[in-house]
Amino acid sequence: MMKKRYFLIIGAVVLCTMILGSMGVAEEKVLKMSTTTSTENSGLLDVLLPELKKDTGISVKVFAKGTGASIRDGMDGNVDVIFVHAKAREEKFVAEGYGTKRYAVMHNDFVILGPASDPAGIKGTRDAAAALKKIAEGKAKFVSRGDDSGTHTKEQQLWTATGLPLKTETKEIVKKGKKASVSFKSPGGIGEWYFSIGQGMGKTLIFAEEKRAYTLADRGTFLNYKFGRKQGLDLEILCEGDLALFNPYGVIPVNPKKYPHVKYEMADTFARWLISGKAQALIANYKIQGQQAFFPDAIPDAK
Amino acid sequence: MDFFVDSLSSAILLIGSLDPELFEIIGVSLKVSSTSTLIASLVGIPAGFLITFREFRGKALLITVLNTLLALPTVVVGLFVYAFISRRGIFGYLDLLYTQEAMIIGQVILIIPIVTTFTISAVSRIDERYRETALTLGANALMTAWVVIREARFGLVASVIMAFGRVIAEVGISMMLGGNAKGFTRNMTTAMALEYDKGEFVLSVALGIVLLTVSFGMNIIFHYFQGKTRV
Repeated sequence: MMKKRYFLIIGAVVLCTMILGSMGVAEEKVLKMSTTTSTENSGLLDVLLPELKKDTGISVKVFAKGTGASIRDGMDGNVDVIFVHAKAREEKFVAEGYGTKRYAVMHNDFVILGPASDPAGIKGTRDAAAALKKIAEGKAKFVSRGDDSGTHTKEQQLWTATGLPLKTETKEIVKKGKKASVSFKSPGGIGEWYFSIGQGMGKTLIFAEEKRAYTLADRGTFLNYKFGRKQGLDLEILCEGDLALFNPYGVIPVNPKKYPHVKYEMADTFARWLISGKAQALIANYKIQGQQAFFPDAIPDAK
Repeated sequence: MDFFVDSLSSAILLIGSLDPELFEIIGVSLKVSSTSTLIASLVGIPAGFLITFREFRGKALLITVLNTLLALPTVVVGLFVYAFISRRGIFGYLDLLYTQEAMIIGQVILIIPIVTTFTISAVSRIDERYRETALTLGANALMTAWVVIREARFGLVASVIMAFGRVIAEVGISMMLGGNAKGFTRNMTTAMALEYDKGEFVLSVALGIVLLTVSFGMNIIFHYFQGKTRV
């Protein structure tokens, strides 16, 4: 008899905790966001999100993935907002009605990294396409994100700009009952010198470091990995400053007309907060190892 | 429902088009996993025999440890091996990280406990009289072992199937030590993880279906041997 009563009491306590717990969650303002690995790996979100919480009470659940996967999350209504960097694709996302509006938040730039020994001799080349061309012609090891991310998109654009014959691989798949294809461009050399690893920026840097290879990276993540860790990277910036290496970031709330369950108001508050004077100043003042990593685009002279 | 229909048709399309990349990926999976299963069997089966038939201090403890290692997470094995073979590790100069060899090393460590413990349970289930009879009939240690192997073959093959199933389906070690480099170390599971990361779910599920088909084929082959040796 005693035992039964114990179970009852325990059961009641568990039930109460669960109810209270779910009420707590319901009251809290939680926004789901898919973003590129670079905003997370660079440490910028760790500065922005606590301030957002202070100002608006919104806390953000971050899913860091490639840009491709983040956009996909938005298209499937899995998240409330996306924060990515592939301008053309973002505009398409809005045009197709998946997002309400693209807010230009900031930009940073890409850099071409490589080992100090620089086997392809690209150091001092400002023209990014010319640098990649030298790497390909010298068959020097190159690590590619290969994950359909914003960085990978940029890399494919740069390869196109080299004028080298590119290899396009297309895979046929079926989408909504219709045949569709997924394609992927590379300068060839797969299985030889071109490593397409399909992973995030951080992993790609470590892969390039281990293999003493060249790679394309966003400056923020690179600075964090080079100087922000106990075991820094030996990789160095060998090519920078080309306009073609410019990398704009945008934030887009998912359209509530497509997915009524998304928390549109909160997402829009978040997006507007990101382009507010305060957030823009935070972005401008965010330094990685003493260097500015991101440049605000909504208010370029924010201080 | 559409999602599964799409995935299934994509899988058929992928296989039907004899996509060279797909076959390369399957090739990497089969090559790496069968090599590691072979090495683990060559180590694990004799080890299982020794542990069963030898009495030594700490035997019970060793068996408990081996049983615990059945639950070894692939990520732990990956990290452990990574620490040794990365540029900054002791064996960094061998340039092993992100190669198929590295994947094999990790997978062997993962499944040696599986082969060993399942060998122990297969062998110790054999009636002690078989061994005694063989010994009284004048068999030496090797011949006795052969008698036991013949009796335990069903369990032994099962242990190898288990081990193979574990490595062909694991993703942690392949990702951490192989690095998912296309044309070098990309196998079926890391390719699936990649397609998922890219948001290409249909392709990912299609690859999953292919993986199951390949495993099914391998199991049919194993079962054929199992059936054959059962007499």
